[in-house]
Amino acid sequence: MTGYTATVTVRLKHGVLDPEAETTQQALERLGFELEDLRAADRFEVDLEAKSADAASERASEMAERLLANPTIHDYDVEVAER
Amino acid sequence: MTVSIIRFGGSNCDRDAERALEHLDIDAEIVWHEDGLPEDPSGIMLPGGFSYGDYLRAGAMAARSPIMAEVREAAADGVPVLGVCNGAQIGCESGLTEGAFTTNESARFQCEHVYLRVERDDTPWTAAYEEGDVIEIPIAHGEGRYEIDDDRLAELEDDDRVIFRYCDENGETGPDTNPNGSKHNVAGVIGDRETVAVLMPHPERVTLPDVGPTDGQGVLQGFESA
Repeated sequence: MTGYTATVTVRLKHGVLDPEAETTQQALERLGFELEDLRAADRFEVDLEAKSADAASERASEMAERLLANPTIHDYDVEVAER
Repeated sequence: MTVSIIRFGGSNCDRDAERALEHLDIDAEIVWHEDGLPEDPSGIMLPGGFSYGDYLRAGAMAARSPIMAEVREAAADGVPVLGVCNGAQIGCESGLTEGAFTTNESARFQCEHVYLRVERDDTPWTAAYEEGDVIEIPIAHGEGRYEIDDDRLAELEDDDRVIFRYCDENGETGPDTNPNGSKHNVAGVIGDRETVAVLMPHPERVTLPDVGPTDGQGVLQGFESA
């Protein structure tokens, strides 16, 4: 078994309104920054033991499917790195 | 008929719901989620509040607690299930109903009276009204914007699964009468069976005559007609 960190990033599907991101963008613009768009996402870093990187990735994906993301509104991706 | 009102850590509309149901002569008891459902439940209410601190997403944790597996099973057997506010969020998160309730368009918590148009009057939850009736009812939520992909929403509408839409006092729906940015002004939907429904507004807060309007009584009476 090897120690991995699986990073699960959960973001709203394209086209789903994100009022918090819009509010954040407006606040940045009020500070004088110029930007075209801003998207927010949730990132979960999961430390786990697995036989391989693929096995770690699979388990983290299942975590996303079953809890971390809501498939109605979210897409997610998983990246795995050895600890 | 005894309605089991499920109390999660952070539920805070459970006692209001109990009083409202009792006012309508419908027996109700509060059930702590860890105790599980009573045997042969005859009605289930998921009340409002902030279960598990609404961490991750409103309703996400509660939807995956063991008692919700029992609720899904009971719902599939035809036991009437009503989710209100946080209970509606839990209902969608657990798959009892489709779609998701997410951050209001305003990005703010909103607590105000709104109007709903009754979209059909042949479900238990709307049988006390006529189609097209307008009822006055409060909302109190930060994550009440109904979201679902357009194709799926079209299917739900074709199936007549939308039972309440936000509107003005004359029953007109549109962007100006949409408090939270819900798609197509959706405020409440039914699940696979008409006996399962969720809505963001609070019928239990407009049931007792001594606190104001009583337009919400008809929704709660659904437990008797289901």
